[in-house]
Amino acid sequence: MSLLRVDGLTVALPPGGDRPHAVEDVSFHVDAGEILCVVGESGSGKSISANAVMGLLPKGLPVRQGSIAFEGRELLSLAPEAMRKLRGERLAMIFQEPMTALNPLMRVGDQIAEVLRVHGSGADAARRVPELLAAVNLPDPAAIARSHPFRLSGGQRQRVMIAMALALEPALLIADEPTTALDVTTQMQILRLIREIQSRRGMGVLFITHDFGVVAEIADRVAVMQRGRIVEQGPAAEVLNRPQHSYTQALIAAVPHGAAQARAAITTAPVLELRGVEKTYRRGGFFGARAVVRAVHDADISLRQGETLGLVGESGSGKSTLARCVVRLVEPERGTIAYHGTDLRPLSRAGWKPYRRRIQMVFQDPYASLNPRRTVGDTIAEGPVTHGTPRAQALERARELLRLVQLDPGAMDRYPHEFSGGQRQRIGIARALAMEPELLIADEPVSALDVSVQAQVLALLAEIRARLGLTMLFITHDLRVAAQICDRVAVMQRGAIVEQGPTSEVFAAPRHAYTRQLLDSIPGRGWTPPEL
Amino acid sequence: MEASKLPGFLLRRGVKAAIVVLAIVICNFLLVHAAPGDPASVIAGQSGAADAVFLEQLRRQFGLDQPLYVQLWIYLKSVLSLDLGFSHRQQAPVAQLVLERLPATLLLTGAAFAFALAAGVTLGALAAQRVGRWADSVITVIALTFYATPLFWVGLMLVLVFSVWLEWLPSFGMSSVGVEMHGLEVVWDVAQHLLLPALTLGLFYLAVYARLTRATMLEVADQDFVKTARAKGVPEGRILRAHVLRNALLPVITFAGIQAGQLLGGSILVETVFAWPGIGRLAFEALLARDYPVLLGVFFCTSVMVVLFNLLTDMLYAIIDPRVEVAG
Amino acid sequence: MRDFWRRFRRNKGAVVGLVILLLVVLLAATAPWLFPGSPWDMAGAPFSPPGEMGMLLGTDSLGRDVAAGIAHGARISLLVGAVSTAAALLVGVTLGAVAGYLGGIADDAVMRFTEFFQTIPSFVLAILLVAIFTPSIGSVVFAIAIVSWPPVARVVRAEFLSLRGREFVQAAEVLGKSRLSIVLTDILPNALSPIVVLSSLMVASAILLESALSFLGLGDPNLMTWGFLIGSGRSVIRLAWWMSVFPGIAIFLTVLALNLVGEGLSDALNPRLARQRGGAA
Repeated sequence: MSLLRVDGLTVALPPGGDRPHAVEDVSFHVDAGEILCVVGESGSGKSISANAVMGLLPKGLPVRQGSIAFEGRELLSLAPEAMRKLRGERLAMIFQEPMTALNPLMRVGDQIAEVLRVHGSGADAARRVPELLAAVNLPDPAAIARSHPFRLSGGQRQRVMIAMALALEPALLIADEPTTALDVTTQMQILRLIREIQSRRGMGVLFITHDFGVVAEIADRVAVMQRGRIVEQGPAAEVLNRPQHSYTQALIAAVPHGAAQARAAITTAPVLELRGVEKTYRRGGFFGARAVVRAVHDADISLRQGETLGLVGESGSGKSTLARCVVRLVEPERGTIAYHGTDLRPLSRAGWKPYRRRIQMVFQDPYASLNPRRTVGDTIAEGPVTHGTPRAQALERARELLRLVQLDPGAMDRYPHEFSGGQRQRIGIARALAMEPELLIADEPVSALDVSVQAQVLALLAEIRARLGLTMLFITHDLRVAAQICDRVAVMQRGAIVEQGPTSEVFAAPRHAYTRQLLDSIPGRGWTPPEL
Repeated sequence: MEASKLPGFLLRRGVKAAIVVLAIVICNFLLVHAAPGDPASVIAGQSGAADAVFLEQLRRQFGLDQPLYVQLWIYLKSVLSLDLGFSHRQQAPVAQLVLERLPATLLLTGAAFAFALAAGVTLGALAAQRVGRWADSVITVIALTFYATPLFWVGLMLVLVFSVWLEWLPSFGMSSVGVEMHGLEVVWDVAQHLLLPALTLGLFYLAVYARLTRATMLEVADQDFVKTARAKGVPEGRILRAHVLRNALLPVITFAGIQAGQLLGGSILVETVFAWPGIGRLAFEALLARDYPVLLGVFFCTSVMVVLFNLLTDMLYAIIDPRVEVAG
Repeated sequence: MRDFWRRFRRNKGAVVGLVILLLVVLLAATAPWLFPGSPWDMAGAPFSPPGEMGMLLGTDSLGRDVAAGIAHGARISLLVGAVSTAAALLVGVTLGAVAGYLGGIADDAVMRFTEFFQTIPSFVLAILLVAIFTPSIGSVVFAIAIVSWPPVARVVRAEFLSLRGREFVQAAEVLGKSRLSIVLTDILPNALSPIVVLSSLMVASAILLESALSFLGLGDPNLMTWGFLIGSGRSVIRLAWWMSVFPGIAIFLTVLALNLVGEGLSDALNPRLARQRGGAA
């Protein structure tokens, strides 16, 4: 008998959605001691399936059909109180956002003790809480237990969440994208922790993810979801290496390969040279405690004509700050930012204006980077118009650019909210290209996109770069993406560049310990996606 | 917040409060000088009662013939030594007049505040818990009604119903006149007199707190940590108390602190309607007589009260919310 | 626009509010025809109860028609509400925009200034201002504007602060647009919804504030206002309840209507929030 068996589960969407059911006729099972990964893109219904098992579906999403059997009991017909008793005791869940998943006003130890208390084991709390914190490899458990969540990092909070979930040794752990919000090195630690605890206790794990790298890292079996349905499931090795369904094949084909091919060295003249740039943030003033963060220091780079330099690092490494220094969205205190030999740093706002045509930027969040109250055509034409191009001419050019980024020119008069994330990102690229720049700064341009869309946008960027001879500074946290698109990479850590060189060399023979750690943390690095 | 960091925090807030008080004094000074006509007659309390000799004496006392900054300095010194001026009309120092009336106002506003906060938070929480159902609708309508009704009119209507028609409660003053009473009788008598004014003043703020509590409860209920609690198997009642309500109270406390000043302002209206012998009534009498020193004194005194109250809510906030020092 | 109206209409309270508000505006507009002559003139016997002597809502201690007073008072209430709100918006939006867009020291200075104005008891300040500058419609509008701008400044600052960090504003910077053009075409249009909602609530509280001032005898002595009517009925409430009751109902309905319209605007302009609130759907 399986630990968990979901049969023909159908959950309705509220009327007016893009489809009648959030999930439709979904069946899968999880055995004790195995990890089932449910993988799919955003909106595929994978999270809803997980929440249905926990009995945590919001009111607007009722279960229409099917059965969920757990340890032989039918969960869907269980009384709310009986279901509540199961939650935390036999079924536990961890979530995507560790920063918001803990009550900010309650000490961490009390939050763990609460699980024990509400299930009648409160007496053990004093002994069990430090044990549990130690079991998830947190240093100094007693001190952590006394802390409030805001004192802990994202990785530490996720460990606390896991400790909380494990408190009563549940038979099934449901993990809903538990590492998506974490940095890559922390992600690897958490994945290993889940793996280790799962095998030690023989738990069943239902693991939701969008990342095939993570699947390769952790799954025993895989179920692939698309638009509310499971299109393929089977043992991990089978699905990853010999996908049967066309959708699975497309998804796997879209995974960045991670292997960096050797490229010819570029020896053209430098376009951009950063020397001794420093940016320090000081927070707090007269009435508050002061905090000093050295966001960027020791980060010299130079970019040659037609070259793509990847700036990689984890969140808080200063890579975005450095990129923003180049376009003066951030003003550094020191250093030179030489563009064709001219130092841009001391220039005034007016003095900078001519360079705006030459240096452009593509942003990360497709939902925040377009003015919601302006039409797509105006958005793209706005830059040239600001610099004196007649409006009619700028609009005509915008039409051509839409074709260049593979969008229908009919999009001109529509507003951003009518487009998908990938389409918006194309509009953002068109806006930057409208200025006919020589240097393009791309700040995590694909990290907010689903993997299949990500592949399309990357291909578009590569094509445009080749066609227009652009020089590009490409910021990313994803080493697989960097490997695919960059000629050279610079690895940043805590505001400094610790290593830079040709991509293939850095990937094949990393010299700095941090680079090695980053490379070791690429999920699924042992798996080479099959050529399909 | 950790106990060790409390003194530093209090010191910072104390300095801030002192600066605000200083700014209020300067504000008063500027008002006197912004008024049309002779500042001396403003200080004397216009109304023709002030004779030329007295005006001359005032001009000398406040250095009105000297440069403005010297005048400001003289004014600051006198206010900071708690000399709020002299009411020519009432023949008494303003500070004494205000301090005599302060306890009555504190009793009234304190009672109104306690009632508004307790009832408002309870009703707001109840509405949030039953969102979309009839109890929610009823509470929302009640809150909206009191939110849209002028304070003084509510007072008059309560007088009309409970004093004039039903004759249940006294309609003015703080205690019965001409009756000999002892011990608990006095308390009972004052309580009867307090009921209508406190209710009047409290109902508007009840509406404010109920609306705010409902909105923040609904907002907090959507947050991730509430889902975590549910996934842990915490019973709904405990989720509401330990997780939702505690977090939802933070903005209510902040808002209550900001609103303290409005409460004191409202007491002018309520004390006028019910002839309650507090500083609000004092302000109304001063207003009728255009006795500006008293009006300025009331403004200064209520402002200082608000600053002190804000200091108190800051401390309370710091105790409840561990993140305070990070926010600065 | 059609979407906006559709979402506004879904909130039934807001529609009721809009109807009441239009009726009050109509009353104010037609007051000189409905009740020709001055509302200060004697129209019947003193203390006539409602319905008697042809007086719909009765007369006051000097035989003045309460209904005429209410109709003419509506003009003053709406005028004071609208003008003082416009003045407060001008101050609040400017200060909030400067603080939110420039940040740094400008932000600190403006916010300390705003906090100061929020700390001091606003009603007491308003009384003081009107008393010192002698009661007139000008000083009343001035005093109300002075005490009502801080919330606007706070809201606008918060909006500007968050919008300034949004990527589309950064994109506008990178395109080389001028500061003024960024503020006017990128930030302000996206900050309008909360300002619109806030303004309707501000008109409501300005009307309440005006009525409270004139209740205390601080209204313009030449103008008939609702607060004055209630104030003059206060001492004779045992004799003539109608003198206080009807003007109070007029204030209540107007303020209620504005609040309801405000909620409707909020729902219509922030559909996401409306759904979260749950109640309105």
